[in-house]
Amino acid sequence: MTSSKVLGTFVVNGEPHEVAYAPHKTLLEVLREDLGLTGTKHGCELGECGACTVLLDGTPVVSCLVLAQEVEGRAIRTIEGLADGPDLHPLQDLFAELGASQCGYCSAGFMLAASELLERNPDPTRDEIRAAVAGNICRCTGYIKIFEAIELAAARLRGEQGQPTREMLYGS
Amino acid sequence: MAPETGMPESGGATAGGERAEGRYLHAVDAASLSVIGKPWRKIDARSRVTGQTKYADDLALPRMLACKLLRSSVAHARIKSIDTSAAEALGGVHAVLVGSELPVAFGILPVSQDEHTLCIDKVRFIGDPVAAVAAVDEDTAWEACRLIRVEYEPLDVVTSVFDAARDPHGMDPADRIHDYGREGNLHRCEHLEFGDLDAAFAESDLVREDLCFFEGNTHLPMEEHSTVAFTDPDGKLCVMSSTQTPHYLHRALAKVLAAFVPPHKIRVIACPNGGGFGGKSDPFNHEIAVARLSMKTGRPVKITLTREEVFQTHRGRHPVLMKSRIGVSKDGRIKALEFETHLDGGAYGSYGTASTFYTGALQCVTYKVDNYHFKGARWFTNKAPCGPKRGHGTPQPRFALETQLDKVAVELGIDPATLRSRHLAEAGSLTANWMRIGSMGLGECIERVCAGSGFRERWGRLPLGRGVGLACSSYLSGAGLPIYWNAMPHSGVQLKLDRSGLVTVFCGSTDIGQGSNSILAYIVAEVFGLDPQDLRVVTSDTDLTPVDLGSYSSRVTVMTGNAALQAAERARDLLVPHVAAQLDIPKGRVTFGGGRVFDCEDPERGMTFAEAVGTAEAKIGTIGTTGSYRPPKSPARYKGGGVGPSPSYSYTAAVVEVDVDPETGIYTVPRIWVAHDIGRAINPALVVGQVEGSVYMGLGEAMMEEMSYRGNRFGVHKIPSMLEYKSPTSMEMPEVVTYLVEDPDPNGPFGAKEAGQGPLLPIMPAVANAIYDAVGVRVDEVPVTPEKVFDAMQRKAQGKEARYGPRELPRVEWPEPRRVRTPWQGGTGVEVEREDELARSSQG
Ligand code: FES
Ligand code: FES
Repeated sequence: MTSSKVLGTFVVNGEPHEVAYAPHKTLLEVLREDLGLTGTKHGCELGECGACTVLLDGTPVVSCLVLAQEVEGRAIRTIEGLADGPDLHPLQDLFAELGASQCGYCSAGFMLAASELLERNPDPTRDEIRAAVAGNICRCTGYIKIFEAIELAAARLRGEQGQPTREMLYGS
Repeated sequence: MAPETGMPESGGATAGGERAEGRYLHAVDAASLSVIGKPWRKIDARSRVTGQTKYADDLALPRMLACKLLRSSVAHARIKSIDTSAAEALGGVHAVLVGSELPVAFGILPVSQDEHTLCIDKVRFIGDPVAAVAAVDEDTAWEACRLIRVEYEPLDVVTSVFDAARDPHGMDPADRIHDYGREGNLHRCEHLEFGDLDAAFAESDLVREDLCFFEGNTHLPMEEHSTVAFTDPDGKLCVMSSTQTPHYLHRALAKVLAAFVPPHKIRVIACPNGGGFGGKSDPFNHEIAVARLSMKTGRPVKITLTREEVFQTHRGRHPVLMKSRIGVSKDGRIKALEFETHLDGGAYGSYGTASTFYTGALQCVTYKVDNYHFKGARWFTNKAPCGPKRGHGTPQPRFALETQLDKVAVELGIDPATLRSRHLAEAGSLTANWMRIGSMGLGECIERVCAGSGFRERWGRLPLGRGVGLACSSYLSGAGLPIYWNAMPHSGVQLKLDRSGLVTVFCGSTDIGQGSNSILAYIVAEVFGLDPQDLRVVTSDTDLTPVDLGSYSSRVTVMTGNAALQAAERARDLLVPHVAAQLDIPKGRVTFGGGRVFDCEDPERGMTFAEAVGTAEAKIGTIGTTGSYRPPKSPARYKGGGVGPSPSYSYTAAVVEVDVDPETGIYTVPRIWVAHDIGRAINPALVVGQVEGSVYMGLGEAMMEEMSYRGNRFGVHKIPSMLEYKSPTSMEMPEVVTYLVEDPDPNGPFGAKEAGQGPLLPIMPAVANAIYDAVGVRVDEVPVTPEKVFDAMQRKAQGKEARYGPRELPRVEWPEPRRVRTPWQGGTGVEVEREDELARSSQG
């Protein structure tokens, strides 16, 4: 079936992209299918799992529930834009160091949600972290390494050492 | 009988020195290791955190079509007709496939080849696929599915084991879900006896009988299953899929598509899995359907399941109804244990035969059990098929046993930790059902969690509403037997050493997030003294990598690890003489470390690893080796003894703390202490991650997760969405204190045992035991929901039995038991009636 397409511009990770896309598509679909940015994942496409989280004008949204047409021209950040050039974002470094990313399927969503938290709250408590990622499900890690990674990333972003404790890496 | 240990396969391109003792380096001193035991990043961590890992649905190929399946809307019916003409006529549709085009049956186990790519003459559950469409896009494929007309003739719907057990003799054979199995809808029925139960019960000081029920639940991997199939440029079929078992998928494809393509022209690549937990270890309808559709259309075809379809595809935890009868002495020694399990299998065989045996296999590997009997039945029902989920068939009986031991402890007035630690199964011993135990660190696990939680001081002494509960468990480090009978290795590894200094590791294993690719790199890097990040690991590609049976039964670290160790040591042995000659030193002084190969007595004297490879390559040509692994032969030689044996068993103890509102039964879990006997941690950070993830998943099962079906007649899944299928979020996850206990096992690479499944097992019973400690009621059913706690508390207030749980089991005519004498009765691991026959044949 040929569905007629519309032309629009999406500003993804600071770069404008002109895309011809089917007008009923979600932001998730345009990112993955039309822009080839497959780092954004999906686990339900119903707004229930958080795997598709991206930042829209700096705010986390589940991209499976956002109609692409509505966000033309607005600033979209995806996992592909989290690192600064070749250098990983501290969240990415800590997710790697602690094993907060096991299968990794949920990781993009968690890191984008967390990056927004750390923007507005550089020194969050464990409870604030829990609340910030409450819409993101992870079936592998049990969340603990994710909480720890976000705490240590916050420390590094504040200019502190943010080194993992022995317990985090070796158990108690 | 001499204990048999695992044998490295002989063969491979080059011979390696075979060391009988300490073959897998379990006894090596931790201080001498440079890679093993350190918390390295996973070798693919960068790719996973930057979004570069390509999962199956991330693949897009030119001219790719989208596939959708038309699934049955009724739970049990005969298919009278299928009319696909309107779908075929729809613009954008390239092919429609129906069951009669692929008449060959498949299934993961040779004994239950009961699935078809698409149903041919009947459907067995809501979601059973009936037709497949390949079209230009998903919307068109869905639309085409809607245009397919299927005429059904409804059959009796069976949704519980009680339904299934109704009148097997009187039932109309046409109403049976399958026309194989024992009778009616009874799929399997097993009866095993080890030792003399009647005498043991008579001698016991305390005998209890408890019934309990473990509701089914599902894996809920974040990634929905996805498969892409295409014909590669040289005309061969290639299937890339989110599978944990590419080798078994390859076999299923080869079987079903035999009329179209020979096995060597089928290539299966397992993409990194976005979580599996057992849910991606069967060969699936959708994988075979897209393979055939890609051949029919000459174009790549992709299918990605919706979340609802993932619930229908299922293969998760079996609902199991159980009875456990236990006889103990005054000090808590288990003299007699009798288990009866009824598994609600859902609509197909899947791993169900193995699952049935697993509900009886591991009861004796934690504590000494003097006499043990097991009866297990699996029933077909018209629901999504059950199969292996993390812990495969063992969490349910573990729940029954560990909650029962808690009751025994209360009755005997012994604290539950002491009751257990007094009677631990012994390292190196044989159990009543002939399982060979390796290293055994459960005693230390118990002490660690007790010390951390203050269990002994707090149990029975906390104020109303607060409680602590303890439970223990054990799990296999890989199944001792392959899924189809053969004498070949379970794991193979090939190494290529390049003059650039690069070592490439090839292995058929699949990384499902547990880090199995990294384990290969750590082990090989340890042998060569390299940085694991510098290796290249190529896995899960049936064209390129030697067979590994797959990521299931917690087998990968032990089996691929031992194979990798053997391959690496063989390669090192190839380099050593040439390096020694070059340096003019005895071979025994050649040492690998820090990316160099040098004289241990004069470390300055040496060369880079790359130069060492070049030196050897100049003398003997291209450097490559293989390694392989097959588990030790099991002493359990009776029929049914193939399920349960393993190279080693991991052990776990957990203490769970609960806070229960005595008015409502609503409870929270603030803290969990868990100690896991890992043998030796190849990478402790990954082990901690596996333990925390297992605790999380166990807690979800304990508190909330359940596959439930509407009413009891129609077989409609109540909650096929992530919102309504409750699983713990970041808000529910308690604080977890993890202890790693290291008791190196002689059969594990550097002494390692499994970590991915075992730590899940004690959580459910520990929660139930903690609830009892808090409010004095027993919930003999998983999940332990607040409603059930409330119900039991009300009964208690009314002076009734302070318990929520099942009260009856379905009736079965059990077959005569297979009787096997225990090791201490002088048995030989075979049925009594075969003892003579075997003795004669071994004499003759
Ligand atoms: S895919 Fe968007 S929330 Fe699940
Ligand atoms: S790491 Fe697998 S779902 Fe979070």
